[in-house]
Amino acid sequence: MVENRRLLDILGHILMLFAVALVVFPIWVAFVASTQASGAIMSGTVPLWPGDQLIQNYATVLGKGVAASGAPPILLMLGNSLIMAIGIAVGKITISLIAAYAIVYFRFPFRTFIFWTIFITLMLPVEVRIMPTFEVVANLGLLNSYGGLILPVIASATATFLFRQFFMTVPEELCEAARIDGAGPLKFFWDILLPLSRTNIAALFVIMFIFGWNQYLWPLLVTSTENLYTIVMGIQRLVTVADAEPQWPLVMATTILAMLPPVLIIVVMQRLFVQGLVETEK
Amino acid sequence: MQTKRVTFRHVWLPYLLCLPQLAVTLVFFIWPAAEAIIESFYRTNAFGTSMQFVAFENFQRLFNDPSYFASMRVSVIFAVSTTVLAMTLSLLFAAVSDRIIRGTNAYRTFLIWPYAVAPAVAGVLWLFLFNPSIGIATYALELLGIDFNATIYPNSAMALIIIAAAWKQISYNFLFFLAGLQAIPNSVYEAAAIDGAGPVKRFFTIVLPLLSPTTFFLLVVNMVYAFFETFAVIHATTQGGPGQATSILVYRVWKDGFVGLDLGGSAAQSVVLMALVATFTVIQFRYIERQVEY
Repeated sequence: MVENRRLLDILGHILMLFAVALVVFPIWVAFVASTQASGAIMSGTVPLWPGDQLIQNYATVLGKGVAASGAPPILLMLGNSLIMAIGIAVGKITISLIAAYAIVYFRFPFRTFIFWTIFITLMLPVEVRIMPTFEVVANLGLLNSYGGLILPVIASATATFLFRQFFMTVPEELCEAARIDGAGPLKFFWDILLPLSRTNIAALFVIMFIFGWNQYLWPLLVTSTENLYTIVMGIQRLVTVADAEPQWPLVMATTILAMLPPVLIIVVMQRLFVQGLVETEK
Repeated sequence: MQTKRVTFRHVWLPYLLCLPQLAVTLVFFIWPAAEAIIESFYRTNAFGTSMQFVAFENFQRLFNDPSYFASMRVSVIFAVSTTVLAMTLSLLFAAVSDRIIRGTNAYRTFLIWPYAVAPAVAGVLWLFLFNPSIGIATYALELLGIDFNATIYPNSAMALIIIAAAWKQISYNFLFFLAGLQAIPNSVYEAAAIDGAGPVKRFFTIVLPLLSPTTFFLLVVNMVYAFFETFAVIHATTQGGPGQATSILVYRVWKDGFVGLDLGGSAAQSVVLMALVATFTVIQFRYIERQVEY
């Protein structure tokens, strides 16, 4: 703080309150709508204060699903999302951790070639190569399976890149000392490098969990049986019901449930997440 | 390429460690990408039973199609507006939040929420606010005399997806801008203040230039996000409509491939998009290399 200007401080707080309002308002309106009876909303504009149908609406979507739209129970979709998100986070962290270790700590023929083969994928999202990837997954018989949901999304080098950057900053002396003490490559990895990477792994887990949970296009393509639907793609089915206004209170209850797990994780693990995101991606 | 001074020696272990990543990359990335390139030179019928080599016909068809250029135009308008809106707002919020002492953490806690919200969910939230009959935002605009209906007016639909996509991106940009601002040493501000520069002047002559590496990084990330990762926002809200008003390139690839079953055309579009992403990647890599020199 350079100078003390009362007026600027007040102005600053007003602006920040506006920022918070901008961020929270859509979520608040969704929450309010999720507590109303269907009729209350249809009659006019959405009220700004919660109604009395909170428990009933959430019980309906969790247990029975929104019958009119033919969506499966939300609990099932939440479970699928959880499996997919954890699968993607754990899978991606595991394979990239060991690949980055090999690339940084070993010298072997074709190392540069392998490096570039992996890193070429750094920024190419699945959306861009959608049709051929779908064909490959179909040829492998992975449609409508958790493998088909998880594996293609893991194929990206972002996590490998981050771990490589981190390993490069680990002091050389650690490896030297470990070698003098007679530790082999696996022991060094397990007893020294892994404990050192704990913070990075945790931060990356948060980022990858959210990334996996929020997948949309891919689950939309590879799942055609209802018991594999994930929650984020399920919402779209509720919104675009044929020739009828969607049942907004139930849709909004589903929306709130769909964003609750990732939002909770990000708020609870805020410090770790912010540190991981900003420091590793630079 | 860099490596450690002290390394391990082992005949097969490094290959074994690279194997899972390499396998996933080859099967789900290199193979599909190669297939896209090959398919873009063939015409395949809708059942995938016959393939005929047509050389550059798919690309010719694509670049002679006025609706593809319309889609490109829509993508550029969407991407630039989303990037400008998301970056301006988050820079403003970050600058203000960096200035005030009390409450920064509380504000930050609220501002990072949208990062966790799925693009599809963000789309549905704003779709509800802008619902033509019951939406609050529509009601407010009506009081101002603006007729907003994303199912009828192309401009309304475009505004809806820009707002939803930008809203989702604010928290990411905010965190990076805030980190960038906190890295600027206080003495620089103090020196400027002693020389008589006010807060606004300090922001434009000191903060903004010193922040330019962060700004450039975010510019590329936001453009990539808006071009390629916003399929969900559009599919969950406007579905490319009304007409083709919000049919951006990634939406078109999906639609031509999976709804129109034009495999060659979709593959040709994939190839164009891959070239586009590769360009962004090269720009980003050059930037990272340049940044190391500081």
